[in-house]
Amino acid sequence: MILQANGIGSFMQYLSDNASNLLQLTLEHIVMVICGLALALLVGIPLGVLCTRSEKLASVILAAANVIQVIPSLALLAILMMFLGLGFKTIVVGLFFYSLLPIIRNTYVGLKEIDPNINQAGKGLGMNNWQLLIKVQLPLALPFLMAGFRVAAVIAIGVATLAPLIGGDGLGREIYAGLNMRNSLKIYAGAIPAALLAIVTDIVLGRLQEKWKAKHKKPTMKQDAAGQDQATMSA
Amino acid sequence: MIKFKAINKTYNDGHQVLKNLNLTINQGEITVLIGPSGCGKTTTMKLINRLITPSSGEILLQDENIANLDPIKLRRKIGYVIQNIGLFPHMTIAQNVAVVPRLLKWDKKEINAKVDELLNLVGLDPNIYRDRYPSELSGGQQQRVGVIRALAANPVLILMDEPFSALDPISREQLQDELVRLQQEIKTTIVFVTHDMDEAIKIADTIVIMKDGEIVQAGAPEQILRHPANDFVKHFIGSKRMQSVQAMQEPTVDDVMADQPAVIYPSRGLAYAVKLMESRKVDSLFVIDKNNKLLGSVSIYQILDQYKDETKLVADVMKPAPHVVLSGTSLSAALNLMNEHQLSNMPIVKQEHQFVGLITRGSVISHMTELYTSEHIGGEIHAVH
Repeated sequence: MILQANGIGSFMQYLSDNASNLLQLTLEHIVMVICGLALALLVGIPLGVLCTRSEKLASVILAAANVIQVIPSLALLAILMMFLGLGFKTIVVGLFFYSLLPIIRNTYVGLKEIDPNINQAGKGLGMNNWQLLIKVQLPLALPFLMAGFRVAAVIAIGVATLAPLIGGDGLGREIYAGLNMRNSLKIYAGAIPAALLAIVTDIVLGRLQEKWKAKHKKPTMKQDAAGQDQATMSA
Repeated sequence: MIKFKAINKTYNDGHQVLKNLNLTINQGEITVLIGPSGCGKTTTMKLINRLITPSSGEILLQDENIANLDPIKLRRKIGYVIQNIGLFPHMTIAQNVAVVPRLLKWDKKEINAKVDELLNLVGLDPNIYRDRYPSELSGGQQQRVGVIRALAANPVLILMDEPFSALDPISREQLQDELVRLQQEIKTTIVFVTHDMDEAIKIADTIVIMKDGEIVQAGAPEQILRHPANDFVKHFIGSKRMQSVQAMQEPTVDDVMADQPAVIYPSRGLAYAVKLMESRKVDSLFVIDKNNKLLGSVSIYQILDQYKDETKLVADVMKPAPHVVLSGTSLSAALNLMNEHQLSNMPIVKQEHQFVGLITRGSVISHMTELYTSEHIGGEIHAVH
């Protein structure tokens, strides 16, 4: 199934003939991924916050999320199908489970990385735990959270190509149709947009993450300089 | 303003950090808590805004037991400046300063006006700094913002936990000066924790010296410098500062005297007296009895006059000391006396003529040298600043 010189022409031809269908599939793909990720954020961030409140809880939650992560994606979807049946709902739940670990872990690490002085300052100024979390801790953990979200998004775009196996839609439908019909054009028409989607997402989220980081440079103090000044003075 | 009553604090591991602490902090003063690390000074401060809860005892803030107050509301009434600045890096300077007013839901216009007023107060132009992030400011500027953030909501009290210790010496001096000026302007009560005695002396109205969870001494800086309660306080203040304070006071003869002058018993022979003078490199000896009572003095000339007569003892050649001064006399009085009578030295005695020491021209000069050099070094340090 090598795309040959004249093959590129027929591939383009195929794309333009099926543009509306492919666009539809891409859109469905994106919707699935967004639903799964949104759910993962909704559950993962609170779990990450919970992890920072107690070390015991952290080890349990992170271990559980790890276990989910090591189940092969196809197996996970198959297990979910047994409980939830076929369709959109099942694939969204599968994507949710798969995105959970990077989001929980990065929320947890991001919150842990905050300078304890900052937390102390917030508390001492009279913020309650909720205000401290919303106004200080989560904004400061955002670059980490963003990194986790980025990993989760790329994984989810890949896993979502398995959707047709459990009755979902998306670009995977084109790939499996191609496999069944031994039609390489169809396979490429599904695989290339899926890959591009993952790459573009990675780049865009990466940019966003950098932008946040730049804004959040930690204030550093000139402790060394102070020590040196004193040394020269006593000399 | 604040009263600590019989406060004890024991941590879960059984370590007792505060032992029956009783302390009153006065309204409108800067009270400095000072002591070596682990003495409980920071713990004492954090009790006030309930970041730490005492194991027993009570704390009254404006006659109200703080244990009965909502800790969140309490903290919003108390300004707090921490050692490592603790500005929120994701907020602009204006947002940082406005944290507590916003928690208190002030009117937006009111907040903006307050932020500008405070920035001006510490010499940061609001038009330049309002929208900058903390990372764009120098350490000294950041801590200025830290200080005005604590002032923003007109607190009844400000707590400062070693706020300037991480700054370079120049910024530190500037901020100390500004703090004193600021405090005189706004008349807030400030509780300030430090381990730097120079800083404490410079800014404090009252210094509270702590050690091992107990208050060793509390009082005005002047009082502590002049009358340290014990050796720990003396040691903590440092001998150099003690000296400079003593230099301000008029020195007494006791400060200046040589306390181990060469002495001899009257029953000794002349040959021994000469030997003793030779070994101590002096030309006269003071004669004392067994009870250390001063009987007189003997000079090398008196001895040489009578040296050939081997039967003579020191008792036979000595002369009574015509001029003595009592221990505790001021140095200037003693020097006047020496000048008047053209004396090369002046014995110091206690009651009952007990001999305690001797003022010589040499001992006066070495005392002056000590003062002069220590002041001189101080002057040089100043020049470096």
